[in-house]
Amino acid sequence: MSEQQFHGRFGEFGGQYIPETLMNAVLELEEAYNRYKNDPAFIAELDDLFRNYAGRPSLLYEAKKLSRDLGGARIFLKREDLNHTGSHKINNVLGQALLAKKMGKTRLIAETGAGQHGVATATAAALLDMECEVFMGKLDTERQALNVYRMRLLGATVTPVSSGTGTLKDAVNQAMREWTSRIADTHYCLGSVMGPHPFPMIVRDFQSVIGKEIKQQMLEKEGRLPDVVMACVGGGSNAMGAFYDFIGDKEVELIGCEAAGEGADTPRTAATVATGREGIFHGMKSLFCQDEEGQIAPVYSISAGLDYPGIGPEHAWLFKTGRARYVPVTDEEAVQAFEYLSREEGVIPAIESAHAVAYAMKLAPTMDKDRIIVVNLSGRGDKDVAAIARYRGEDLRDE
Amino acid sequence: MSEIQIKNAFRNKNGKAMIAFITGGDPDLATTEKLLLSMQEAGADLIEIGIPFSDPIAEGPVIQEANERALAAGCTIDRLFDSIKNARAGGVSVPMVFLTYVNPIVQYGAERFMTRCNECGMQGLIVPDLPFEEKGEIADVCRKHGVDIISMIAPTSEDRIRKIAGEATGFLYVVSSLGVTGVRTSITTDIDAMIRLVREASDIPAAVGFGIATPEQARDMAKRSDGAIVGSAIVKLVAKHGRECIGPVSDYVKSLAEAVHGI
Repeated sequence: MSEQQFHGRFGEFGGQYIPETLMNAVLELEEAYNRYKNDPAFIAELDDLFRNYAGRPSLLYEAKKLSRDLGGARIFLKREDLNHTGSHKINNVLGQALLAKKMGKTRLIAETGAGQHGVATATAAALLDMECEVFMGKLDTERQALNVYRMRLLGATVTPVSSGTGTLKDAVNQAMREWTSRIADTHYCLGSVMGPHPFPMIVRDFQSVIGKEIKQQMLEKEGRLPDVVMACVGGGSNAMGAFYDFIGDKEVELIGCEAAGEGADTPRTAATVATGREGIFHGMKSLFCQDEEGQIAPVYSISAGLDYPGIGPEHAWLFKTGRARYVPVTDEEAVQAFEYLSREEGVIPAIESAHAVAYAMKLAPTMDKDRIIVVNLSGRGDKDVAAIARYRGEDLRDE
Repeated sequence: MSEIQIKNAFRNKNGKAMIAFITGGDPDLATTEKLLLSMQEAGADLIEIGIPFSDPIAEGPVIQEANERALAAGCTIDRLFDSIKNARAGGVSVPMVFLTYVNPIVQYGAERFMTRCNECGMQGLIVPDLPFEEKGEIADVCRKHGVDIISMIAPTSEDRIRKIAGEATGFLYVVSSLGVTGVRTSITTDIDAMIRLVREASDIPAAVGFGIATPEQARDMAKRSDGAIVGSAIVKLVAKHGRECIGPVSDYVKSLAEAVHGI
């Protein structure tokens, strides 16, 4: 895909729209990444962490009960929820933390929405003896209190961000501000395929292990490629990781599932492709939910991890070129999928991942029984149990 | 209004400019109009007007809150342009520039935005999220309309200073410190070294901003460069006094201007 990626661009999307103070830092990062990504020692070290620390490769599990019940295509789940720390986020974090360490950085900062990226960053920092500070929207610290405590257990400082909407975008704002004030010893471990170049490329590369494994496992199991690969999309890192190795396989349909909140036709939504338009924000040219004057919209989703007003630039490009399609999934549909997968397969998915499961539930019955859908199950749902109970009108307490 | 030019700001007896920043529409546009005239009368040589934005990533808490107040009070780009036009008609003749993130310009339409800048008397733009490599986003339209893009250099710019200064227009914004805008008790960056690099590449005026709050700091920074930019400290007064801020802001800007002009 190198031809589509020119100076950090995916078509017209991407770029480096950041304060001058950070320019040398991103240039230095790009240089270091280009040096280490082909370095056999670096690759071997990261591979060792993937296998022996994160638990890769993750399983590709055929959800037979689910497939039978839905009565259409066969559904396979890529079990990123079984990774150490419970989501795909660890793939990117191990890569970036190792890179930062090689660059001589001693401190990691990160933004987090649902807390999964924060937990993964805190974990890598603990393992690699680095200092760690995680920025998290105030509202998110409340709806994901368990992950806040996990990060603190891992030795990280969690800084709640109360500006703006108190959610993921505000956490990104504050992490960027923090990075401008302390660069020399600090690496900003960005959690998704977003932000200024080279982050969308680096995060995608470290996450692309997902799609590579899907392809290999599918060929081993079925001797063929899947018909559909789908994943939930906030910034889009798990989707990009799952899609990337299939972009050249035109027969494989790629579907991103966005958080529609209360509906893509309501203001309470985070469905960027459905409701946003081209703009420039958080260092990148991409698609954003915004008003006519370019003010970033206060988006909403039940899922803190998808509650983001933009999408990574490579997704914007995949959308614009028609290579991938993006569908909105509401809170209610996601919660139903969350409950359905738990009951049907004994797998409690992250509410983020449940958005992809929800669309698979719609799509599978419309497809023939010999067709194959792979759903990237990006994370596990333990962190969401209390919030889903609340959504269903139950207040869980340990008393 | 074509006679108003950014270089006018650097044509005092000592060539040093006192540059004042306020967030447009904070606490409301009527107050903004009054502030523009009163800051000019108090001795400001150039005024920066922040276009309020939902997510100002280069700003510290003081200006973030000003952005929130202005948006809550209903400030839009069109209304801000109208107020600036009123202020110009009311006698504001110092050069003025916007501080705005790039997305509002792009969404408003760069061509339409610059046309309005010409019509209302805005001479330049400071766009904190548009570094050297990305200025092509609006550079052609700006050039066509004679609206200067004010480039920034930071303590981390090092080898980039020469190339940025070499292509800079209007004046060069020298970011004094790491981090976001806001008052600082001391500035530890080697400003002199940064200015030396600028001078090697260009004779463009260079003014220092970020963290300047006292007349002494303003004097010191203007002595080392061509001017001092003060933002958060003024915005703090606006926050404290609301619509009654004209007097306190005037007195404060006067003390800064006297310090800068008295070098």
